[in-house]
Amino acid sequence: MNEVETYRNQKFDFQNLFNQSEKTNGHVVPFLKTVRENAAKTFMEKGLPGKADENYKYLSLDSLFSQEYSYRFLQEIVHFDINHVFRCDIPNLNTHLVILLNGFYYGGKDRLIELPEGVKYGSMMQAAVEMPDVFQKYYSKIPAIKTDGLVDMNTALSRDGFFIYVPKNTVAGKPIQVVNLILSAKDLFLQPRNMVVLEEGAGLELVVCDHALSKKRSLSNSVTETVVGENAKLDFTVLQNDHNFASQINYHFIEQEKDSRVDTNTISLHGGLIRNNHFVRLNGTGAQNYLGGLYLTDKDQYLDNYVFVDHAVPQCYSEQFFKGVLDDRAKGVFNGKILVRQDAQKTQAYQKNNSILLTEDAKMHTQPQLEIYADDVKCSHGATVGQINEEAMFYLRSRGIPEKEARLMMMYGFTHEVISKIRIDSLRERIEDFVQRRLRGELAKCENCSRLCT
Amino acid sequence: MLIIKDLHAEIDGKEILKGINLELNAGEVHAIMGPNGSGKSTLAAVLSGRELVKVTKGKVLYKGNNLLEMSPEKRAHAGIFLGFQYPIEIPGVSMINFMKTAINEQRKAKGLEPINPSDFLKLMREKKALVDMDSSLTSRSVNEGFSGGEKKRNEIFQMAMLEPDLAILDETDSGLDIDALRTVANGVNKLKTSENASIVITHYQRLLDYIIPDRVHVLYKGKIVKSSGKELALELEEKGYDWIKKENDK
Ligand SMILES: Nc1ncnc2c1ncn2[C@@H]1O[C@H](COP(=O)(O)OP(=O)(O)OP(=O)(O)O)[C@@H](O)[C@H]1O
Ligand SMILES: [Mg+2]
Repeated sequence: MNEVETYRNQKFDFQNLFNQSEKTNGHVVPFLKTVRENAAKTFMEKGLPGKADENYKYLSLDSLFSQEYSYRFLQEIVHFDINHVFRCDIPNLNTHLVILLNGFYYGGKDRLIELPEGVKYGSMMQAAVEMPDVFQKYYSKIPAIKTDGLVDMNTALSRDGFFIYVPKNTVAGKPIQVVNLILSAKDLFLQPRNMVVLEEGAGLELVVCDHALSKKRSLSNSVTETVVGENAKLDFTVLQNDHNFASQINYHFIEQEKDSRVDTNTISLHGGLIRNNHFVRLNGTGAQNYLGGLYLTDKDQYLDNYVFVDHAVPQCYSEQFFKGVLDDRAKGVFNGKILVRQDAQKTQAYQKNNSILLTEDAKMHTQPQLEIYADDVKCSHGATVGQINEEAMFYLRSRGIPEKEARLMMMYGFTHEVISKIRIDSLRERIEDFVQRRLRGELAKCENCSRLCT
Repeated sequence: MLIIKDLHAEIDGKEILKGINLELNAGEVHAIMGPNGSGKSTLAAVLSGRELVKVTKGKVLYKGNNLLEMSPEKRAHAGIFLGFQYPIEIPGVSMINFMKTAINEQRKAKGLEPINPSDFLKLMREKKALVDMDSSLTSRSVNEGFSGGEKKRNEIFQMAMLEPDLAILDETDSGLDIDALRTVANGVNKLKTSENASIVITHYQRLLDYIIPDRVHVLYKGKIVKSSGKELALELEEKGYDWIKKENDK
């Protein structure tokens, strides 16, 4: 286990990477061998999405992938003082903690933990071994994962990630918190693969914190498949607090059955390059989905949210609400696509994206796309890119609030609307505090977002 | 307290104020009246430091200091308060946080410690009662979704919180119902001392029944064309502005 295979790619050489991965790990679970081989084949055909790909027109993946990184095929043994990294400063956010270290589950011998109520959580690969039925039923099954080559790459290469299973009619007693740590002496390329399964009538609150600890370059290509059964409820908050050398591309596929409800809030506080892909399929009548997002960017950061919501059946509800502030030379992209299929009558779909640019060099591209094939629907979308309202600034200043403070209040007020949708009180308060400090420039780049945990 | 001398100001290159002269002493209330578009709000904007309005000529002395050199926040710290004709809605900024920050910045400018939370809440309660403001309004975002009258009441509430030396109230009476007008006027009167002064901009004599002005000025086309005692307001109410316009348009 001590051995670490590294791969240095001058040019991105997938075939070589794949061969080494297969050789190093073999296949504990035969099911995965075929899945991986097929994915590898598909990736070889598709390659990385290029500039010609409408969904990647602002992001050059080729240059991102042609940089040099180490690649780990196995978990590296890294010792760190967990208490040092996670000193909790919100005692009332009491969570079950899962740590991913460089994309691999990090924990004791017990790699899949079962809670008294029947919830299981832990390592993705352990779930493949211990819970083959569930694993094979859902792994790589969501149709949208065929979207582009990056997902195939992940399927072919990934060797771990987090796994959460909530059985039928079970509600997890307290939130589960996943902390994605990157701790490496070398520049690192990683590909976590995660799965969240809520059976019929299940309930879960999940918080994921992305946190690059080491000041090395990193590139993460992660895929999460989330399956939410009939009447199940999922509350999913992602807190992205990396540094300027960290790049991440995330695919989150959400599949929802009848009368289920999923709320996600993606709070991007920091990161050199972040691309979040949110794919939602509403596959049973009465399903409701809310996607919320907040992005705070500065320097030369790049932040890109891609949304695809598929209303496949009638009477579903979807809402996307993304807001952000861009400073310095930061660049932002919002691409929101809603597809209402012909049968999906009585659909309600609402989308909003509002951004504030603090400088003339900051840029925001926003592109709503509604594709509606049903006639009895309620849909709306709106996008604004603007500056801070100077009249409101004057109002605050005329009451004695200095310009700098007034500007902060305005920015904070702007973000508040999105943050207020986070339903776990202690988490929302914590995030409010992070956002305020981030806007004040006080949030040290490498400080602990992970202190959310117990 | 306030001396305005030959003040000229423009917006986007268009001259709006064309030589204003005005003197206001502590303990006084002056009313400014005048037809729409004559420059009343522009004058208020100049006094409170709105950058949009450019002063091209003239002087303003406040407590002996050159007011025009001060930032809006410095002016507020020095005791100037503007009651806006059209208060701005600021979604996401809570009234409580807004007022607490304003009070603490004012205290900081005076070298005082931040107000302690229980004193702050007490102060809020007291001042809300003074202007009879619905308690729930302060738990909302600044002016967001407030009715026209509620916004105006909120201006007086803020004034009561900040206790300015010079209050400029720009049509605080318009949009208020009759009872509200009385409450608001009473509020203003209760805050009045021999140390502070106010400029009350209004279109209606009615307000001046409650807030008795020492002087009434008529602003027309960027100039003060008439100044007199409080009886001028009555005369204007009766006769309108036509006679003033005629006199000056000749
Ligand atoms: N932001 C602006 N841009 C351009 N012109 C402006 C602006 N603000 C005011 N003005 C012009 O300046 C002139 C004076 O306006 P001001 O608001 O001072 O009038 P007022 O006397 O307060 O009128 P009212 O009684 O209607 O409130 C008007 O002609 C108005 O159109
Ligand atoms: Mg006016």
